[in-house]
Amino acid sequence: MKNILTALTLLFAGLSLQAQVLPSTTLKTLEGKQIDIKDAISTEGPTVISFWATWCKPCIKELTAFSDYAIDLEDEFGAKVLAVSIDDTRNSARVAPLVQGQGWDYTVLLDENQDLKRNLGIVNVPFTLVLNSAGEVVWKHSGYSPGDEETLAEVVEEVAAGKTPSH
Amino acid sequence: MNKFSLSLLAVLVGFTAVAQSQETFGGQLHGNFQLDGQLYLRDEAIDPSGEFFPDERFLGQGYANFVYTQGDFSGGLRYENYQNVMLGFPEGYRGEGITYRYLQFKQDNLDVTVGSFYEQFGSGMVFRSYEERGLGYDNAMDGVRVKANPTKGLYLKGVLGRQRFYFEKSPGIVRGLDAEYNLTEFMPKLDSLGYRWTIGGSFLSKYQRGNDPFLVLPENVATGGIRTQFTKGPWAVQAEYAYKANDPSSDNGYIYKDGNGIIVNLTYSKNGLGLIAGAKRIDNMSFRSDRNGSTIDMLINYLSPTTQVHTYALPALYQYATQINGEEGIQLEANYKIKRKTKLGGKYGTLISANYSVVQSIDKQFVDPSNDTLRTLQGYTSDPLARGDIPYFHDFNFKVSRKVNKRFKYTATYLNLFYNRSVLEDGLGDEAIQVNPSNQKLLNANILVFEGLYKIKSKHYLRGEAQSLRTQDDRGSMAMMLLEYSVAPHWFFSVQDIYNYGNPDADQRLHYPLASVIYTAGTSRFQLSYGRQQRGIFCVGGVCRVVPPSNGVSFSLTTSF
Repeated sequence: MKNILTALTLLFAGLSLQAQVLPSTTLKTLEGKQIDIKDAISTEGPTVISFWATWCKPCIKELTAFSDYAIDLEDEFGAKVLAVSIDDTRNSARVAPLVQGQGWDYTVLLDENQDLKRNLGIVNVPFTLVLNSAGEVVWKHSGYSPGDEETLAEVVEEVAAGKTPSH
Repeated sequence: MNKFSLSLLAVLVGFTAVAQSQETFGGQLHGNFQLDGQLYLRDEAIDPSGEFFPDERFLGQGYANFVYTQGDFSGGLRYENYQNVMLGFPEGYRGEGITYRYLQFKQDNLDVTVGSFYEQFGSGMVFRSYEERGLGYDNAMDGVRVKANPTKGLYLKGVLGRQRFYFEKSPGIVRGLDAEYNLTEFMPKLDSLGYRWTIGGSFLSKYQRGNDPFLVLPENVATGGIRTQFTKGPWAVQAEYAYKANDPSSDNGYIYKDGNGIIVNLTYSKNGLGLIAGAKRIDNMSFRSDRNGSTIDMLINYLSPTTQVHTYALPALYQYATQINGEEGIQLEANYKIKRKTKLGGKYGTLISANYSVVQSIDKQFVDPSNDTLRTLQGYTSDPLARGDIPYFHDFNFKVSRKVNKRFKYTATYLNLFYNRSVLEDGLGDEAIQVNPSNQKLLNANILVFEGLYKIKSKHYLRGEAQSLRTQDDRGSMAMMLLEYSVAPHWFFSVQDIYNYGNPDADQRLHYPLASVIYTAGTSRFQLSYGRQQRGIFCVGGVCRVVPPSNGVSFSLTTSF
């Protein structure tokens, strides 16, 4: 079992070694403006892209738990956090009030047709990516268990320092 | 810098990016893979006659998606495999094959896709093709899509094609046009005053041959819709209206009445306060690319439910699904974060939210069949201002979340649910209910959920849930306990038990235990579960399917790259 897991881990680590840039995909701001994801990411520091939905409890837990870290990471490392909601039209009107009610400070974008989710091959939310200042995807994580926000904060610090993430 | 040197720079930057990364033939390959399987065990307590026990004993299904992008071009495909389709999924998924493939060309103002695609117009009341893999829902279009941005602020979409029907295509053809105009981009003055205003309109028509010995079936059916979104400061309004021409179908009992729908949402979000007020009314808006289609097959439009989605296990047993033949309802919601370091808010602040949603039938005055001739069959008339008298659903819930100290957080939730089982489970029509209203199967329930999260040490967390559902109806009262232990970032263990102690049938007062282990490495996840699952309705996005009871060992592997 252990061997299989190690092999799997190595295989996927190998796959994730490929530096990827984001495919050009149109999203919407909360105000209804169309914006390309390539224009939304930071060029000065790391960008965290967190895919979430209003009906996804682990996603909300992750964004809430990470929100305190995000403030420090933005101040100290110029990091930018994008919370990309994959809510369909049933819930996209609920996004802005929910974000306010949670007291989050993230830039929120809507992926109503789930184009970006599909282009990045994401199966389920929550799903988190970290990009370096060159716009390359250097870290990805699927799912959320409590404590993952600590790992994510460490990764962002490493990326800001120009290092390869150790997790 | 002029345009030429800008594009030269862009090309150079592009080359550098390509040179730096180890890419496949100079492009990007993304994708994902999922495999699910379950070994079913015979369990006479939950399934005495064995009607749900599959002959195969083991059922497994999986898929893989590949998306390749190079410059302005991208292409992708999905392979699906069902050996055989798992219990609860639509039976139409049997076999294997490439069910989704496309090529796309995308430049600044033009985006052309040939092959399979997902798209929607506005909120989807006129058109929405999408997938919900966990539910087996997929009405992907196969054809051509063109998107263009001819002038600033104007976005056009055109679609032409046929919809997926399991491993086949729908008999009807779908063609549609959509235009969205962002007035703020066009008029900078609006922008400087802080207004954001978008308007849109769409038109769609389906064609399906009609040769019925009795009915003169309309072969071309048109729908259209208009919508707007307006924002100013913390306020936002969204509204959409759609109209559908006569479309006799198996959903509406082959009547010639036209259909319409309206959705309005008003929201306010500022300083830790979020408010939503929504209203909707739909009348005869079922729209499929096969007039004889049923359940979740070949739907052209999407009628979003205006109720909240619940993910706790017990409230999720009674989820609402849109009644496409007609319903009206409202939703009110408030979210507020009480500020940190206040008496009520505590050290870290406290989140409170309240939600109320209610849905009922629309007013329907059924026409006496002797006055309703075959050619103009109207079925019923409806006054949009009159209230319908059959209650479908209501949900009132209140939630408090609070971080007590560095180690402990909790969330407490109360829900009051009303659920019309005759309508939502048995699919009974309004006419049948009006004849004999006392025969309705209803459910009233009070639910309490307490959830706590405790941090043992860095990256070690314990989470627990205690749930209670109290009701005299359906399967009676239930209680649930859940414990999860997680070691970030790899391991996750969970045990839970639902006890149906209040079942009116003493033999069915059963325990439903379930244990799971999850291992996550980066973007890959492996899950192994063992236990018993009760009959339920599994819903995503307001579309539901019935899941039979089962017992067994299941696994799931997902990865994305």
